[in-house]
Amino acid sequence: MAEKRIIDGRGSFCPGPLMELIAVLKMCEIGDELEVLSNDKGSANDIPEWVRKVGHEYVSTREEAGVWHITVRKTK
Amino acid sequence: MKILIIGGGMGGTILGNNLARRLGPELRAGKARITMLSATDKHMYQPGLLYLAIGRTTPDALYRDQVSLLEPGIEFHVDPAEEFQLDNNKVKTKSGKTYDYDVLVIATGSRMAAEEVKGLAENAEFFYTEETALKMMRRLQEFQGGKVVVTVGVPHKCPMAPLEIIFMLHDYFKGRGMSDKVQLHYTYPINRVHSLENVAKWAGPEMERLGITTDTFFNIKEVDGAKKILRSEEGKDLPYDLLVAIPAHRGMDVIEKNGLGQRGWIPTNKTKLNMEGRANVFVIGDTTNIPISKAGSTAHFEAETLGENIAAMVKMGVGAPVRDYDGKVFCFIEAGLDRATYAMFDYQNPPDPKAPTRAMHWFKMAYNKLYWASARGLL
Repeated sequence: MAEKRIIDGRGSFCPGPLMELIAVLKMCEIGDELEVLSNDKGSANDIPEWVRKVGHEYVSTREEAGVWHITVRKTK
Repeated sequence: MKILIIGGGMGGTILGNNLARRLGPELRAGKARITMLSATDKHMYQPGLLYLAIGRTTPDALYRDQVSLLEPGIEFHVDPAEEFQLDNNKVKTKSGKTYDYDVLVIATGSRMAAEEVKGLAENAEFFYTEETALKMMRRLQEFQGGKVVVTVGVPHKCPMAPLEIIFMLHDYFKGRGMSDKVQLHYTYPINRVHSLENVAKWAGPEMERLGITTDTFFNIKEVDGAKKILRSEEGKDLPYDLLVAIPAHRGMDVIEKNGLGQRGWIPTNKTKLNMEGRANVFVIGDTTNIPISKAGSTAHFEAETLGENIAAMVKMGVGAPVRDYDGKVFCFIEAGLDRATYAMFDYQNPPDPKAPTRAMHWFKMAYNKLYWASARGLL
């Protein structure tokens, strides 16, 4: 059954939210959703760009009080 | 209070020594007891493997007897943990013994997992174990020219290792008079050459200046050894003559077998350092799932924080930590064989690396010796 995971990448300069997403994706099943929390505005561009490039599904981005919530779905 | 430390790497060793110093009177009075369990009687200075791979040090320089690094008050046993009974505050070991604890610290570290990528273990060179670093050194010595690809998996131990090895390889081949015969190429998983933006702003132009070509958004999918092709998840085929890989890592198998954390990473509170849902179980170093660098300095600063907190629990009987871990990390960055810089950052402040200098390189060379004082908790 598909799950939703939260990756709290706030304050993570290294490895950073995108690297953390790449690492966590290895532990997920196809269909799982991952919501990445980042206080780096760059994540709102970098994560969707990589997700499209590698072939996973970009779901949404929203910003709340300086925190970007970027949701993606593992598709392969 | 019985304190049980699982793991004799940098984090466990610094924590044990820190606690032994803080709790001298309590240890002598029998009010506290520190026990450390490890899989080996040797302690390795892991960053030294980078120098071993390029022939700048020898294996014996990387090891000390673990007992020689520990304060006398620490009971040390070579007897790796096999079964964690967290509900009963017990750990069972390989020898069949069972250790009780009031406070448990898990610092078992991580290992490279090259075997998880098809063709990688058989066709790439690595520098994360003594055996693979020596093999890489011999391979470099035999190499007569061609395309050298350095590729990076996620997550990996030592965030600066990819940059350090590519810059050191540049100087290594230059030193052998082979610059015109070797093309260095570097791949990185995200859309710049390093996860730290300010580090990437320095390293990217530096690579360009040195003629090192790059591929970003490149995640290792498989290696075709017969055709000498490295394939990425993003769909790129990259030919190579010599492949050097920083493979994805995972935590130790004993962690996953005991159900403490997927792929061996234990869910850990990023400031309190306790295992999620467990007030008397703490995790430091690579073993945590905290989104932070898997580096010796991370383990070092976490161990200092935890040492203060556990000592406070013993001395004052308080359950609440007196200090939060602030995410502090300090990493040297070798920018070749004779220049270096560094990055220091925490949860709130990004790094601001300076231009590499010879002085910083020699400081790093000195630290390679000073490490043993650091492990003893003196530095």
